[in-house]
This record gives sequence, C-alpha cells and structure tokens, in this order.
Amino acid sequence: MFTTRKQYMPYVSPFDPCPPIHVKTYVTAPNLYAGFQPPNLPQFSLHEALKKGTLWKIFYDPYYGPYEVNNKGDGL
Amino acid sequence: MWIYEKKLQYPVRVSTCNPKLAKYLIEQYGGADGELAAALRYLNQRYSIPDKVIGLLTDIGTEELAHLEMIATMVYKLTKDATPEQLKEAGIAPHYVDHDRALFYHNAAGVPFTATYIQAKGDPIADLYEDIAAEEKARATYQWIINMSDDPDLNDGLRFLREREIIHSQRFREAVEILKEERDRKKFF
Amino acid sequence: MKQMPKEYYELLEQLQAVDFALVELTLYLDTHPTDYQAIQQFNQLAQKRKKLKKQYEAAYGPLQQYGNSYSNYPWNWDDTPWPWQV
Repeated sequence: MFTTRKQYMPYVSPFDPCPPIHVKTYVTAPNLYAGFQPPNLPQFSLHEALKKGTLWKIFYDPYYGPYEVNNKGDGL
Repeated sequence: MWIYEKKLQYPVRVSTCNPKLAKYLIEQYGGADGELAAALRYLNQRYSIPDKVIGLLTDIGTEELAHLEMIATMVYKLTKDATPEQLKEAGIAPHYVDHDRALFYHNAAGVPFTATYIQAKGDPIADLYEDIAAEEKARATYQWIINMSDDPDLNDGLRFLREREIIHSQRFREAVEILKEERDRKKFF
Repeated sequence: MKQMPKEYYELLEQLQAVDFALVELTLYLDTHPTDYQAIQQFNQLAQKRKKLKKQYEAAYGPLQQYGNSYSNYPWNWDDTPWPWQV
C-alpha cells in the first residue's frame, strides 16, 4: 500500500553507544508525486479545509508527534 | 502596499503555559527556514523574475507574513504570564535578561536573524529551487517541533502551518513548469 | 474585564474558513489562470466573504483600516482584542 512515510535501516555497529534505532523514517509529502495539479480535484468542505490546512484532498498529509496519544506518532 | 487584517489566518490555541516550547518555536520566527525569512525571500525575488510568477511570489510571501503572526501568537501565549522562575526553568533566562518577554528575531539557539538567510541569485530557476528547498526545510522543522511538543492544541496549529509548506512547495514546483514553457506542449519523453 | 462571547469565536472561524479557501484558490489560480470553474468558485466565495465581513464588522469592529472599513465614533480600530490576544 502506498504511504508517504518511507523507512530505511541504518547500519548498526556493536560500538554504537546509544541503543540503536533499527528503523528510521522520513516523509515524502504528496506534492512530490502530484506533478502539475490537474483541474477539478476533489476538495474538502470550507471548514474542513481550514482545519486541515489545504482545500485539496490529495495534498493532505498530517504529521503527529510522539506525545499525541491517539496517534503513535510519525517521528523517530 | 500592504493592508493589515485584524484576524489570524487560523484559530491558534495553546493549552499550557509552557515557555520551553516557545524556545523551540522561535526557530520558525527568526530562524533560517522560518516564516520571516520566507516572507522576505519571496517578496524580494519578485523584482527579478519573469512576470508570469510574480503573482505567486507576492501571494505566498504575503501568506508567510500571516504565518509569522501565528508563530508570534503561539510564543506570546506560551510565555505571557510565565514567571521569571518558569522562564529560568525553561532555559530562557538568557533571553529574559536581555529582552524580558519581548519577541526577538533569533533562532532556537539564540542566533540573531541575518539577511544571509535570504538567498537571491537573480536566476529564476535557481531562485525557485531555493524556494522549493526552503518550503521542504520549513516542513521538516515543523515536524521536529511537533516531535518535541506535548501540547495538542499547539500541535494543531503547527500541523496547519506544516501543511501550508506542502502546498507552497507544490505551487513553486508548478512555477518551475510554467517557466519551462512545457505545460501545454505534448510530452515527448 | 472584557471578554469575547462564544459567538465571536464562531463568526471569526466562519470568516477564517472562507478566507482560507480564497487563499488556496488564489495560489491555485496563480499557476492555473485559465481554470474557469475555479474562477467561478473564487468569485462566489469572494461574494460570501463580503457579506461575512459586513456581519463581523457590525458586531466586532473594523477588520482593516486605511479606509477599507468604516469607523464608529469614537475611533474603534485600536480597540482590543488584537488577533494574538483572543
């Protein structure tokens, strides 16, 4: 399944002092895939658009922190 | 000229008196990839770019000023009634002794804002690529701040600002396509 | 102590929602100047925002100055609250 969150596994040395983070993630936001925006793309309602920070559904890509309980967080 | 509108672009809320978060947020106020740098960069580039993209630079530059006001509001609310003791605990005693609770254009490490943050090469493609990079860097900065913040209301506003960086990046990418003059031509490759 | 009523926040957010869509459409139209439907939507929203502005200003004072809004007596542009204070 497509996701804007990509992962990689950095090399782990036995001499690394901090406990290793085996999987690191980074973001490839939807604008990287869109090309020149075609006309008539689906929109959010006005109120939803304000809350989400964009009028266009394809560009919506929310990011949550590790302290936000309902979401496991995008970081780390 | 510019006309001020007496309202924020987005309803900013902050749930706790937490000056430590203000210390991080100031990165987007007076930092290299912050909102001030963004506004000044785009508005300044308008004078040496093809007419077709001046409107876009004007409008995004203007929106960045609205984002600067949102960041200022967040910092203001996070520190407004904090005691000197709380400011000390948050590690902003050095800021306090110089500025009290005044906002200052510097980054999270206290480095003052400088014009060198604002690139202007005078080459339309170089400048637009600079702008795309600036938007992606600002998006990343918002992610790192969201990672550090345990304030859900603050994060709500930061998520809005991060999403705006995605849209601006999209529009700058389209501006590059416009300057390539390939938009309405058949693709051969 | 002056405090803004619940209705203030509701009306403000309505205005922010319409204005936000207008910002989004503005940036879109800057790179898509021939999208007829988007321009229609833009003009409809511009009309809606005009009405909302009137309603907001009647209740809570001018949104802009330099003559872009009317003034009450006495001059009410610098009445609190400012945007970062609410």
